[in-house]
Amino acid sequence: MTKRLLLGNDAFCEGLIAAGVRFYAGYPITPATEIAEAMSRRMPEVGGTYVQMEDELGSMGAIMGASATGVKSATASAGPGMALMQNELGQAIVAEIPLVVINVQRAGPGIGNATRSGQMEVMQARYGANGEVPALALAPSTVEEAFSLTVKAVNLSEKLRTVVIVLGEGMLGLQRAVVDLPDYDKIEVLDRPHPDVPPGEFLGNYNANELSDVPPIADFGSGYKSIVSSVGISRRGGGDISVLGLSEDDQDFTIRRLHQKLLDRKKEITLFEDLMTDDAEVVYIAFGTQALSAIGAMHEARARGIKAGVLRLITIWPFPDEVVRGCCKRARAVVVPEMNLGQLRLLVGNALANTGIKIVGVNRVDSVTITPAQILNKTTEVLS
Amino acid sequence: MNLHNEIPAARPARKKTDLQRPLDELVEMYANIPARQFRYCPGCGLGMAQSAIMRAFHRVGVDITKVATAGGSGCYSVMGHYYKSNHIHGSHGRGCAYAVGMKLARPELTVLTLQGDGDLLAIGGNHFIHAARRNIDITVICFNNYNFGDTGGQFAPTTPLGSKTETSTQGMPEPAFDACKLAIGAGASFVARSTVAHPAHLTKMIADAIEWKGFAFVEVLQHCHVLWGRRNGMPEAMDMMRFYKDNSVLNPSSIPEDERFDIPIYNEDEKNVKFVLGALHKEQRPEFTEEYAKLRAKAMAKAPGKVKS
Repeated sequence: MTKRLLLGNDAFCEGLIAAGVRFYAGYPITPATEIAEAMSRRMPEVGGTYVQMEDELGSMGAIMGASATGVKSATASAGPGMALMQNELGQAIVAEIPLVVINVQRAGPGIGNATRSGQMEVMQARYGANGEVPALALAPSTVEEAFSLTVKAVNLSEKLRTVVIVLGEGMLGLQRAVVDLPDYDKIEVLDRPHPDVPPGEFLGNYNANELSDVPPIADFGSGYKSIVSSVGISRRGGGDISVLGLSEDDQDFTIRRLHQKLLDRKKEITLFEDLMTDDAEVVYIAFGTQALSAIGAMHEARARGIKAGVLRLITIWPFPDEVVRGCCKRARAVVVPEMNLGQLRLLVGNALANTGIKIVGVNRVDSVTITPAQILNKTTEVLS
Repeated sequence: MNLHNEIPAARPARKKTDLQRPLDELVEMYANIPARQFRYCPGCGLGMAQSAIMRAFHRVGVDITKVATAGGSGCYSVMGHYYKSNHIHGSHGRGCAYAVGMKLARPELTVLTLQGDGDLLAIGGNHFIHAARRNIDITVICFNNYNFGDTGGQFAPTTPLGSKTETSTQGMPEPAFDACKLAIGAGASFVARSTVAHPAHLTKMIADAIEWKGFAFVEVLQHCHVLWGRRNGMPEAMDMMRFYKDNSVLNPSSIPEDERFDIPIYNEDEKNVKFVLGALHKEQRPEFTEEYAKLRAKAMAKAPGKVKS
C-alpha cells in the first residue's frame, strides 16, 4: 500500500496499468488529455506501448487491433471525441473485443465547454452507437474510486469480451486527492477466455450455444485462425458467417446474445452504494461527483428529522432497475440530482413506473456543482 | 546517431519456392474457401488479386498463422476471411488504424491491410497517410476498381476524370487521386503499382512489399467491368484486362519520376491513361516499431520496477 497524491486522470491511468493494460492509443482532448500524457510516459516504463493517433476513430481502431492480438488495450476521450468514437465502439462491442474507454465528461453539446465538467453522456453511453448494442458503463465518484473502478472495468471487459465505458467527469479527472494505492501484484486480474481445443478443432471466436455464452477468443498469432468481425457473425456452433451468409436466425442470435451475456451476469456487474435507504421516505439517487452532494444532503436532512437515504449508482449500464426498486420500498419521493436535464431521472422513472413514488430532479447544466442545500430545498418542496 | 543513414541488416537469402505450384495446392496451404459460395461477381479482378496475394505468401514463405490482415467494407471485404491468416473485419476505412494497433502490440506478426480504393482513400484517407508517415512495418494493399462497387458503382476518389459512374452520369467532375503519389507524399518507404492483368508482376510486387521493412504500399488496378467498365465502353472482363495490358508500362526506371504519376482522364473526347507499373519508390527510413522498442528499452531501464504502485 502506498499513499500518493494523485490527479483523477492519473488515477484512471494507474487503474489501467494495475489491471494489465499494456497498449494505449490516444488523441488529446480536454479534460482527458492528462490520461494520454501520463500513458505516454507510463506505458513504455511498464513494457507497454503508447501511440498517438490521427483522430479518435484512429485511437479506437488501434486499440481494437492491439486487443485482437491479446494485449489489453484502452483509450480515453471526452465530448466530441466520444461522439466520434461511437462508430468504433459499436464495432468493438459486436466484434466482442475487450476494451476500456474512459469518458472524462465535459459540459455541453457540440464543442461545448472543454474546461468544464458535466454528466451529459449517460444516454450516449448506452444509445450512442448504431444498431442495438448493449453497454456496460461504470461511474466513479472519487479519485480513489477512479483507480479501483478502472481495474474492475478492465476485468469485466476481459471476462465478458465487451467494451466497458468508465463514465468520468472533468470535475473528477482534474481534482487531486490522496489515494491509498494497493500493491499492483496483489490485485486480482482477469483474462479473456481462450480456446481450450487445438487449432484444428477451433470453431472461431463466435462459437456460442446459449444466449448467455461468452465464447473463447484466440489471440492473433497464437496458432489459431482467429477472425474478429463486426459483421455480427455469432451463431450456434461457430463458423464464419461472413463467408457462408448471414441468416435471420444468426442475426437474431448475435444481437440477443450480446445483451444476454451481460444481463445474465447483472448481479455481478451491478455495483452500487446504498446509505440509510431502509427507512427512507425520500431517496436521493445520483452517480459520480454529484452523489457526494447527495450524501451531504442526506446527513443534513437526517439532522432535521427527515428520513433521507442515498442510492449511489456505480454501474449505470446495464441500468439496475431492481436495485432502484429495492432501495425505494418505503420512499414517498425520489430526488435525482444530476448535471444534465434529467437523463438519470428518466431511467429512475422507468424503474419506478406505477409505484406512485414522486420523482423530481435537481438539474444543472452550468457546470456548477449541485449543493446539498439545493437538494434539501427540493426535498422539502416534494415532501410538502 | 543519424538513424536515417543506417544501412539495414542484410536479409536472409530468399527461400526457393515453386511459383509454378498449382493453385489448388496453394489454396490448401493458405486459404479456407467454402465450396459452395464465392462472393465476387463472375470475372471480377478480386479473385486474381487474391491468388496473387496467396502466391506472394508462398514466395515470401510466411507462416500463415503469424499473418494478420485488416479490412473494412467493400467488395473485397470477404477476402480476409478466405485466408488461413488472422483477420479483423471492422468498419469502413479503419484498416490502417487496426493494422497500426496490431503491429505495435505484436511486432512479430506480418501485418497487411486489404482495402478498396474508396475504403482506403476516401473514408480511411487519414489513417492511411498517418500510417505511411510513421513508416510502420505494414503492407497496405489497395484494390483500385475506380468506384464504390459494393454499393453499386458510385464515383470514388480514384475515378478517372470524365468517366461515368452512378453518381457521375455526366462524367466525373473531380480529378482523381494517384494513390501511389499520395503514398509517397505521406512518407511511404515502398510504393508499387501493378494490375490483375499482370499476375506474375503483381505477385512479385506484393511479395516485395511484404518483405520490405517499413510501410509498403501496393496499388492493385483491379477491374470492375460490371459497374465501371459497363458504363465506360468496356462491358466484359476481358475488355478491361486488355485496357490494362495496352496502357501499361512495365519499366518505371525508363520514365522520369515526375512523369510516373498522372491524373487519369477517361471520356469520349479525351483519354489519358498510362499505367506505370513496378516499384515506383523505395527509401530506407527508420521503422516505427523498432524505434519504439528502443524508446521502451530506455524508459524501462530508467524506471525499473515502475509497474508497482
